[in-house]
Amino acid sequence: MEGLLVKENQARKKVDLHCYHCGEACDASISSNEKYFCCDGCKFVYQLLQENGLCNYYELSDKPGIKVRGKFSSQRFVYLDNEEVKRKLSRFDDGQQTHVSFYLPQMHCASCIWLLENLHTIDHGVLFSKINFQRKEIFIVFDPSKISLRKVVELLAFLGYEPYISLKEGERKINRKISRQKIFKIGIAGFCFSNSMMLSFPEYFSSGNIREPELQLVFNYLNLALSLPVFFYCANEFFISAWKGLHQKWLNIDAPIALAILVTFLRSVYEIISDTGSGYFDSMSGIVFFMLIGRWFQDKTYDSFSFDRDYKSYFPLGVTFIRNEKEETGTINQLKKGDKILVRQNEMIPADALITKGEGNIDYSFVSGENTPLLKRKGELIYAGGKQLGASIEMEVVNTVEQSYITQLWNNDVFTQQKNKDKSFIHPWSRYFTLILFLIAACAAVYWALNDPSKILPAVTASLIVACPCSLLLSATFTFGNMLRHFGKNKFYLKNSSVIEALSQINTIVFDKTGTLTYSSRANVIYEGHLSPEEINMVYSLAKESVHPLSRIIRQELIIIHNFRPLPVNDLRETAGKGIGGLINGRRAKLGSRQFIEETDSIDNSTRTGEVYFSIDGVIKAVFKISNQYREGIATMISSLNQSKYQLKVLSGDNAAEKNKLESIFGKQSTILFHQSPQDKLDFIINYKKQSSKAGVLMLGDGLNDAGALMQADVGVAVSESSSQFTPACDAIIDSNEVQKLHNFILYARAGKKVITWSFILSILYNVVGLSFAVQGLLSPMIAAILMPLSSISIVTFVTVATSFLAKRRGL
Amino acid sequence: MSVLILLIGFSILIAGGFLLAFIWSVKRGQYDDDYTPSVRMLFDDKPVGEEDPSFKPKQK
Repeated sequence: MEGLLVKENQARKKVDLHCYHCGEACDASISSNEKYFCCDGCKFVYQLLQENGLCNYYELSDKPGIKVRGKFSSQRFVYLDNEEVKRKLSRFDDGQQTHVSFYLPQMHCASCIWLLENLHTIDHGVLFSKINFQRKEIFIVFDPSKISLRKVVELLAFLGYEPYISLKEGERKINRKISRQKIFKIGIAGFCFSNSMMLSFPEYFSSGNIREPELQLVFNYLNLALSLPVFFYCANEFFISAWKGLHQKWLNIDAPIALAILVTFLRSVYEIISDTGSGYFDSMSGIVFFMLIGRWFQDKTYDSFSFDRDYKSYFPLGVTFIRNEKEETGTINQLKKGDKILVRQNEMIPADALITKGEGNIDYSFVSGENTPLLKRKGELIYAGGKQLGASIEMEVVNTVEQSYITQLWNNDVFTQQKNKDKSFIHPWSRYFTLILFLIAACAAVYWALNDPSKILPAVTASLIVACPCSLLLSATFTFGNMLRHFGKNKFYLKNSSVIEALSQINTIVFDKTGTLTYSSRANVIYEGHLSPEEINMVYSLAKESVHPLSRIIRQELIIIHNFRPLPVNDLRETAGKGIGGLINGRRAKLGSRQFIEETDSIDNSTRTGEVYFSIDGVIKAVFKISNQYREGIATMISSLNQSKYQLKVLSGDNAAEKNKLESIFGKQSTILFHQSPQDKLDFIINYKKQSSKAGVLMLGDGLNDAGALMQADVGVAVSESSSQFTPACDAIIDSNEVQKLHNFILYARAGKKVITWSFILSILYNVVGLSFAVQGLLSPMIAAILMPLSSISIVTFVTVATSFLAKRRGL
Repeated sequence: MSVLILLIGFSILIAGGFLLAFIWSVKRGQYDDDYTPSVRMLFDDKPVGEEDPSFKPKQK
């Protein structure tokens, strides 16, 4: 019997029953229309959809539903009735129609799109809804006389798509304007480039001697007209960036490009007006076009991720105040020291506060990474960020939100500093490039001054035109752009391309433990003792009634093995944070800590170490030992990192119970620290970077407690269990199932740097060829028109093929 | 050869027309979301009790 639950590697029996709504393994106790559900929440959602003829939802994708977590509190969104909040959230309101748009992190499949665009069949107050799947946004038009904003949000939350509401204005809107402008620029540059190339062909084919002078004139002036939008509109970002750089006495990569565009334009205008030639307008438009495409390719970002969240994204917006014995709702911004507030079950404590009424059972996992909820009595201080698992409590605020223990972390300078982007190794290249170019141009000028002064200007301008470092820039943007795509395919989402460079310099890796090295929701369960199937069912039935995380783990563990019909429990009594007991088939069963089972007041550590006792009629029948389960492949990755001589560190907010296990994985040479507060983690990284200046530190963490360390590290990577989970501010987000690929990611980043070096050499070869024409004063518009697009296209092809090949070789 | 000038004038005019069409489509937001429409077009059967599908939200 014992063997049933115990063995880690034992192949588990398949479960037959899955919740029809969310797909989670479940028992047969809750059903409707011969379909089974894991909880009442899922069943209610199903019934609502069924009543409205929306069951198509279940046919479009397999088990599309989102598990309904906890009880739905009717008070949660009361703050949305506030007029000011309403005004801030709605984009348009004329009394008949209100337009709002929300970010729905839970949206994940075609069924979601279908259901959310059919909201009007569930509630006729909703007039129209439209989804942008990639941004995970919904745009809703509703009739405020039929349905309130609060009711709309409640409907979304009931269906499982709880919107993420932020009162910061315009957080996501600006982005769209910028990306539209990019598309305009590419379109216009492409139009001008292709037309001016067509108009230049006659001249190329007749090698510069068109018999009809007036035709030539028309072509030239048309070309000039076509180049104006390219020069003044499409290319303006290069000029702006170069100017900004010069202002700070810094020659960035855009400076030589801006110079080349400017020189090309001026010389071509001069040639046409003085009727001495036809200019290089087609080359200029072509270069601008290719570079804009390169930038667009590189900057294609992950719209649905946010890399800049601070604690405010995690905290509730609405707070229930108690004033003159009455409950009032307000927003978190109104919270002051000395305010009395009410915190309900499953709500987060918004600021450091003392309990004045009730008993707290506080889950700090969010702040400290510790798994087990803590019992807090009247008069005890509770830090902001804790979640109340028990019944409602009344509290008195002792610190404002900004001054609270956890949020103080954000007052640290780390969060206001921008990481230095100019460290990029492309910039020094472009500086050398510009210097050498000027040197060559000067040499050519001196030579022609001695031999044929009339050729000075053509030779100098031609060298500046042809030696445009566009191919340098294109090689970097396309390499990084393609690498970002390959990382993204492997569910490793980088904030921008400068992270790739930082990643290639990593030699120290710091891990958080809970949620990063271990699964945050799964655990190993080992049990000692002998239980009959009926008794196992008793454990299951009790665990099902409890909200404690350990009960949840036991319940999940048991349901994978058996298909239960839970037994009815009478006289159910739960002591929050301690245990649960009740009468099952006339026998008194208890599940909980040792202290709870034996009814003594002696202090024990059983909940901390993850031991759960089970007794029937006062006799202990079994002990469940629950320990962290490490992610698959973690041990292999750590040993390969160790072999490659990375410095590895572990900073855990949890207690030292797992010390031996961690040492066996990491080896003796790694630093492993426990009881680390968020501030400790931040300080550790600051000090480490001071001690060894050459260290490139990568921090891997998941919770708000790692937020400071993630910001301070050269590369902060947030681990996310699902794309809907909120992640703290970071440089990259990694899917929790891909953590074991971290070493490959670093190696790939290094390989990418080599690809850029190679393509630089290639582009320098092109430049040598081009310059050899230019210094002799022989650069005809035709040679420029062939050479410049050819070099751009061949370099883009080279880097794209090379990075894709390397990705394949690394198994990415 | 003046016919050539005429032809070129026409060709640029037509190309410019397409450019305007492109600018219009970007402004209408056709490039804002390049994924959802591909899924949406597969939902052909309207659910029971479908409201008037011709409803359009007012412009801002």
